[in-house]
Amino acid sequence: MNFAVLQFPGTNREQDAVHILKNVLGHSANLVWHKQESLGNVDAVIVPGGFSYGDYLRTGAVARFSPIMQDVQRFAASGGHVLGICNGFQILCEAGLLPGALVRNKSLQFRCEHVFLKTATRNSPFTAKIPEGTLMRVPIAHGEGCYFADEKTLNDLKVKDQILWQYSDAKGGLTETANPNGSLWNIAGVLNESRNVAGLMPHPENASEPLLGSADGRAVFESLVHSLANRANFQPA
Amino acid sequence: MATTLQDPPITPELIQKHGLTPDEYGRIKGILGRDPNYTELGIFSVMWSEHCSYKNTRLLLKGFPTKSEKILVGAGEENAGIIDIGDGLAIAFKIESHNHPSAVEPFQGAATGVGGIIRDIFTMGARPVAALNSLRFGELTNPEVRRLFAGVVSGIAHYGNCFGIPTLCGEVYFDKTYEGNPLVNAFCLGVLRHEQIARGAAKGIGNPVFYVGPATGRDGLAGAAFASQDLTEESAEQQRGAVQVGDPFMEKLVMEACLELLATGAVAGIQDMGAAGLTCSTCETAARANTGIEIDLAKVPQRAPNMTPYEIMLSESQERMLIIVKRGREAEVQKIFDKWDLPWAEIGFVTDTGRMVVKNNGSGVADIPAKNLADEAPIYQRESREPAYMKAVREFTLNGITDTTDPTADLSQLLAWPTIASKNWVYRQYDYLVRDNTIVPPGSDAAVLRIKEDSLPPLPNGQKAPAFAEKFIALSVDCNAVYVYLDPYEGGKIAVAECARNLACSGATPLGTTDNLNFANPHNPELFYQLRKSVEGLAEGCRAFNAPVTGGNVSLYNQSPAGPIDPTPTVAMVGLIEKSEHITTQWFKAEGDVIILLGDAIDADDPLQGLGGSAYLQLIRGEKTGLPPRVDLVKEKNLHDTLRNLIRAGLVKSAHDCSEGGLAVALAESCISNHRARGTDTLFGANIDLTSINSSRIDALLFGETQSRIVISVAPSNGDKVIAQAKTSGVPAVQIGEVAGSRLSIKTKMMSIDAPVEELHDQWWNSIGRAMAST
Amino acid sequence: MIGWRFGCYATQVKAKITVTPKKAVLDPQGKTVQDALAHMGYKGVEAVHVGKYLEIELQDGDKAAYQKQIDDACHKLLSNPVIEDYHFTIE
Repeated sequence: MNFAVLQFPGTNREQDAVHILKNVLGHSANLVWHKQESLGNVDAVIVPGGFSYGDYLRTGAVARFSPIMQDVQRFAASGGHVLGICNGFQILCEAGLLPGALVRNKSLQFRCEHVFLKTATRNSPFTAKIPEGTLMRVPIAHGEGCYFADEKTLNDLKVKDQILWQYSDAKGGLTETANPNGSLWNIAGVLNESRNVAGLMPHPENASEPLLGSADGRAVFESLVHSLANRANFQPA
Repeated sequence: MATTLQDPPITPELIQKHGLTPDEYGRIKGILGRDPNYTELGIFSVMWSEHCSYKNTRLLLKGFPTKSEKILVGAGEENAGIIDIGDGLAIAFKIESHNHPSAVEPFQGAATGVGGIIRDIFTMGARPVAALNSLRFGELTNPEVRRLFAGVVSGIAHYGNCFGIPTLCGEVYFDKTYEGNPLVNAFCLGVLRHEQIARGAAKGIGNPVFYVGPATGRDGLAGAAFASQDLTEESAEQQRGAVQVGDPFMEKLVMEACLELLATGAVAGIQDMGAAGLTCSTCETAARANTGIEIDLAKVPQRAPNMTPYEIMLSESQERMLIIVKRGREAEVQKIFDKWDLPWAEIGFVTDTGRMVVKNNGSGVADIPAKNLADEAPIYQRESREPAYMKAVREFTLNGITDTTDPTADLSQLLAWPTIASKNWVYRQYDYLVRDNTIVPPGSDAAVLRIKEDSLPPLPNGQKAPAFAEKFIALSVDCNAVYVYLDPYEGGKIAVAECARNLACSGATPLGTTDNLNFANPHNPELFYQLRKSVEGLAEGCRAFNAPVTGGNVSLYNQSPAGPIDPTPTVAMVGLIEKSEHITTQWFKAEGDVIILLGDAIDADDPLQGLGGSAYLQLIRGEKTGLPPRVDLVKEKNLHDTLRNLIRAGLVKSAHDCSEGGLAVALAESCISNHRARGTDTLFGANIDLTSINSSRIDALLFGETQSRIVISVAPSNGDKVIAQAKTSGVPAVQIGEVAGSRLSIKTKMMSIDAPVEELHDQWWNSIGRAMAST
Repeated sequence: MIGWRFGCYATQVKAKITVTPKKAVLDPQGKTVQDALAHMGYKGVEAVHVGKYLEIELQDGDKAAYQKQIDDACHKLLSNPVIEDYHFTIE
């Protein structure tokens, strides 16, 4: 597989994403500078974490207008797989590729800690290989991870099975104390309606090797790779 | 020399206001062969301030060991020291203070402190990959202290997180002594290959001098001089304009651009504009290369209207770099700055005159020999005299101190004491995972990170670095300032010993040290004595552990109307762990594991039995006195070597050193510090039996801070083997219990500690959060 | 000299934009400020909403034409309609 990992001024987890894809899973992953107009021939796009444009104005607000984002829109519209992590999730929401928005953590502080994620649906390219009934222990690291969408949108997400992950406690309970940032319905990640674009606030790329304390996050990337490989009329890039 | 119409005349009052003595002024006249003008006076004033010149401490610092076969760039040579870590790789690291600005504006003061130390690392050509910090505040019961604490932590978080560096280690102390004068010491470590080392030297006559970064404004004016004054209400108010505002996003862009630039080979010299901004960077680079520099201020990008030459030269606007480019290669440089959308300007060139010449639109504004300015500040031998209070300290005995009657309650109190309590309220605000290299995050004795290929700066022509096996670096920062106050020499030794001990507990061997000396007014002989003796202690410690000092920082005049701070020589140490299997953490791992104490339970030669200067004596008995425990550096080194050998043999499951709070606290922490996820901790109980240990006092046995002791846990089948191996190496070792159940039970001849670990955890984990929730 | 004189006498057009969080969105900053005001003894404070204020300096021109442009910019970049409301004046 060939992955594009976007790089905006201020992105800081692009190497983390390249590392998991290339060195841990053995695929090809290339950095794509935000000023480029074309993604090239890729199987999937990762929009990584960081503070693109210093989070000025609103997080992700400026990055979504970068030249490369036009091609990302085209890629997504034609069914291409896009995964936004943390700042990437924020950029995809600003770009209208995902519903809802991310606002400041309820605690008003940056939060870096491991959390448990309950996978809400296995019916997606990003969760297909996550073992049933397991919780993933992955870290968050963000100041603006509180997911918001209006009631209609939230209900839509529920009805159309677009909620991917929710913050839970060690036993799978979607409790308030398990929620690190105030996200509505403990939502940590969502899918778009056509099920090819996803975003999540936690960092599965920082939980993909046992040496790092947890390898639970690896399943997210493995799901994506598996789904790409099994697409109808698949042509590896 | 031209003087502008607005320049004030040079009067004795003006000279004094600039922090220069009549003697120093005379020296300046001698160097110039005439009186300086106003701008030149400002330039000398910052370059010869304590912060920039170390004029009061240079002689003392010569006592540090600074050499080893692994040192590639030593202390004092450049902006940071560099040590070889094998396979053609090296690390650059240093610690620096930003105390006074943080007292005035905690958020920006701390933020820009982080920014400054990061620049010192990438100016050496290294990619910054880890940050840590040492913070000291007054007592948390004081709302003003809570404000400073919250501000400093969020400032560090803001800068480090946005820049994209994991802040993964640190220490925080709370003591009344820091009430008027908090301490913020920030450390950064970077990685590079040997051939990527960059120097801050203005080489090559005729080479153009570039400025990159945001436009210069009035921020931080005379900050270096500000740092060299006592803090009073008046100075804080006046200096509000002196606090710089940082932009971590800009710094990230500047760093990436500089590392790309260095890979092109077009750079002849590079230095960051830190304290004393343009002044310091121009004269130091010229001095190092034995060349001269000429710049024109009209070419310097400015963002405030009508800036005077004085202001431009002394401004400490952040995120600016001075780059000497090889003539003819300017276009490559401009291309990279444009790629990252960075403002830049060509502001001057290298000359052969050995002088720093500053013009403003062609007319001369300053003309000073660079070497005299940068390297030849006066050096002082200050008077030193043992402080009067030390007599009482030496005479203190335990006669008036009754033994504990409720050790369980004492333990609970100690665990909740902010200095000992878990610092998770702090570090959960730091992104400690970015760059995917954090192996042991905050919460254990030492942090551990890995170095892999993407840790390196880019190589020329997009080359790939020769492959290397991942390297593991351990970090720790320590200083028990109460010990240093009570016995400066012993306290200095212990600061280093404790750092090395923490590294040993993680499985690491020390490589090098950086120190931040935070002291008060050096003109006071008693306070200078503290400085002199603690530096002697530090030096001896560094020698004993083969961890030479690669550089550091001195911050003097840390005092307020309430008095001087306790002498605080903060020590940060870096170590190397050979294999990932050796990486060891401090918490118990499994039921049934055997718990062993390495080292003597109590120092038989210590009349205070480890209680002198202890947390227990301060918190439970309200006394901050008594000679601190002694450290035998030979014994301590042997303990560390022995532990490392046991770890390498695969015999150690956890290791945690005894420090504040003594053995009981170390045992409790081993039971309760394994944090898995939000709201989820893996707690273990322990049954400890100390009845075979002879001690006349229970408080000393449980809470005394005798040095050179480490608590380890091993698999049951290995207990005897470990004890035997330790004893063969000359390290006392005794099994004191086993990991079991859900309570911590410590039996002694007279009284016991018995508490559910869940309760102990709650006290320890939530203490600071609860204190901060109160408005 | 001419440019300086022109700058002195030309009226500058300014767009003054206020962006506020939608009522439905959690505003912990607003709540924190409200608590602080109460703690300081200010009475009668029912709610606090923390938003943003932007000023855009424009070349002299037709204010009505700028209306549409600013509205567009507000909608696309300066605010996020999912979570924010905005209003502005052009003077």
